[in-house]
Amino acid sequence: MWYLCVFYHRLLDYRKPEVESLADLFGAFGDKQSADFRTQNRVLEWRLPKHHHPDSPFHFVNLPSEDVARNVANRSILVKGIYELWGEGSSYEELEEAVKVYPDERKLPYLASERTFKITVDSFGKVMSLQEQNERIRGLSYIPFKGRVNLKGPDHNFWLMETDDSATNNGLPPVMGRRIFFGREVGGADRKLIPTYQLKSRTYLGPTAMDAEMAFLMANQAQAAPGKLVYDPFVGTGSILVSAAHFGAMTMGADIDIRVVRDGRGPDCNVWSNFKQYGLPIPIALLRADNNLPPWRPGLKEVFDAIICDPPYGVRAGGRKSGGRKLLKGVVGPYTVPDDKRADHIPSTASYSLVECVHDLLDLAAKMLVMGGRLVFFYPVLREDDSVEDHFPEHPCFKLVATSEQILSSRYSRVLLTMVKTSVYTEELALAATIKHLEFKENHVKWLEDGNLHSSVFSPADVESGDSKVNKESKPKYRGKYV
Amino acid sequence: MRLLTHNILSSNIKGVTNGFPLGIEVEKVVEKQVEINHDFLRNIFPKIDWKAFSDASKIMGYVELPEESPEPSVLDSDLDFLRKFHHALLELHLEEGALVCPQTGRKFPVNKGIPNMLLHEDEV
Repeated sequence: MWYLCVFYHRLLDYRKPEVESLADLFGAFGDKQSADFRTQNRVLEWRLPKHHHPDSPFHFVNLPSEDVARNVANRSILVKGIYELWGEGSSYEELEEAVKVYPDERKLPYLASERTFKITVDSFGKVMSLQEQNERIRGLSYIPFKGRVNLKGPDHNFWLMETDDSATNNGLPPVMGRRIFFGREVGGADRKLIPTYQLKSRTYLGPTAMDAEMAFLMANQAQAAPGKLVYDPFVGTGSILVSAAHFGAMTMGADIDIRVVRDGRGPDCNVWSNFKQYGLPIPIALLRADNNLPPWRPGLKEVFDAIICDPPYGVRAGGRKSGGRKLLKGVVGPYTVPDDKRADHIPSTASYSLVECVHDLLDLAAKMLVMGGRLVFFYPVLREDDSVEDHFPEHPCFKLVATSEQILSSRYSRVLLTMVKTSVYTEELALAATIKHLEFKENHVKWLEDGNLHSSVFSPADVESGDSKVNKESKPKYRGKYV
Repeated sequence: MRLLTHNILSSNIKGVTNGFPLGIEVEKVVEKQVEINHDFLRNIFPKIDWKAFSDASKIMGYVELPEESPEPSVLDSDLDFLRKFHHALLELHLEEGALVCPQTGRKFPVNKGIPNMLLHEDEV
C-alpha cells in the first residue's frame, strides 16, 4: 500500500537508505531466513508527488502493511511521519474531491465517536498564522469526525500539509511546488533520542566520537536489534556501539590504543561509563587488538551480525598497526624486549594507510559476518567539481546496497557505505579480494596514500588567479547535501 | 573479560600454530549480573568451542557446566542449563590476570577486564 513519507529536511542521501534498511529489518521483503541475498533485489518502490523535486521531503513509498510502516517510521531518525493518504490536490477543492472519494471502510474506523483525534496543520515553504491554520481546519468540516478532540495524546493524529515553492532557490529547480496533502499519521521518528544521547552530555568523549544522530543512522543501516551481536573494530569511546546497544544489540569493540579502551580518563570516565550513563548493558568485550593482526581463534567465522565503524582516515585521527615503522621496512631487525620491561612495554606501531585498513576491514567482515550480515562504515572522498568519487572499495563476498554522502567541507565528504555479505568466505575469494584491492589501490586511491588526504583537506585554499574566484561565484549555492 | 571473549581469542604470535585455547591465570574474578537474552544465546551457542569453554569456566571457579557439548535443542528445553550457560558465558569476569599462549607461554595481560592482545616487536 502506498503511504506518504515526509522526511526531516537534512542528510538528504541518508533518508531513503534508512527506510529501505528498516523495511528489510521489519520484514517488508519477506522472511529473512529463506532469502537469497545474492539475487533478490530488496528495494522499495518510491514515487514523487506532482510538482516535487527528488530533494523534496515529500515522497510516496509502497510498504506491505501498516505494521511495517509504523515500525519503520517509529524506529527511524529522519522520517518526520508516515501517513495514510486520504487525499491530495493542488487546491483545497481538489483535496475535498479526493477525500470524499477515498473509501469509507478506510476512513470510518478512525472517525468513530469512541476515538479521540487531533488535526495538525503544517506548511512547507511558507509560514501560516494560527488564524490561517484554524481556517484550514474548519474547511475540513466535510469529514464526519465523530470522536472527541484531544490535543495531547489523541488516538489518531491527522495532518493537513500544504507545500509551496520557496521564493528563494537561487535559480535551481524548486524543491516543492504547490500541493496539499491530508492523511492519518501512522508513525514518526522519536527525535527526543538525539538530545538524550547528545555528545554534549556524554561522560567520556574523544576527538572523533560519532555524533548521536549519525550513530543512530549507522545502527539503523546495520539493522541492530535484540539478539544480535555487533562489533566495532575501531571502538574508541564507544559512541557507535552506544546506539547499537540502545536498539537492543549486544556489542563488542576493539581498539589499538589501550589508553582509550582500558583507562579512559578515570574510573568513572571511560567506555563502560558511557553505557552506564544511559542504563545500557555494557559491551560483552572490549579488547586491545590490532585490526591488521587480529587475535581471533583460527577457523572462527560468522560470529557477528553486523560490523559498524568509522575507520581512521588520517585526517583527524591516524590509523596505527603493529610493528615499528623501521621494523616493517627492514631498517632494524626485530628486537626482544628484556623480561623486566615486558609488562609495561607499549609496542611500537607503524602508520596504517586507509587503503590497507579498509582491505583488512573487508577481510575481517567477510570472515566474521554471518550470511546476510551488514558491514557499515564511513569512507572519505575528495570533492572535485561536485562529482563524487563513485568508485568504492569492493570485495567479492559483499554487495554494496547503499552509499550516503555527507559533505564535510568544500574539499571533502565522507560516504556511509552499507554492504551485505552475500557469499561464504573461502580462500579463493580472499585471494581474489587481495588482487582487487591492489588494483583499486593502483587506479583510484593514489591521493589517499602518504598523507595526501590530510594535506588535501588542510592545505590553504589556492590563491592562483581571478579564475577560481569567478568559478566560486558561478557555482550555485545549492544547499542540497550540505544539510 | 568474559568467557565468551576468551573463547574467540587465540595467540597470533608469528610462528605459533597452536595458539588456542589460551591458558588463564586468575588474579581477580568478579561476577556481574546480565539480563538473559534467549535469542542471543541461541545464536552464539553453535560458535562456542565447548571443550575450551568448559575448561576455562573451571579455571574461573565455576564447575556446573557439563564436559560434553549438549545438543542445541537443550537451550530451549532445559531452562536450568540455559541459566548455567548464560552465567558462565556472560556473568563471570576476569578483572585482573593474564591469558597464556599455549605454545610459547607468553602472557597477554588482562587489566581492568581488558585483555591486551597487542604483539611486541619480535612477535610480528
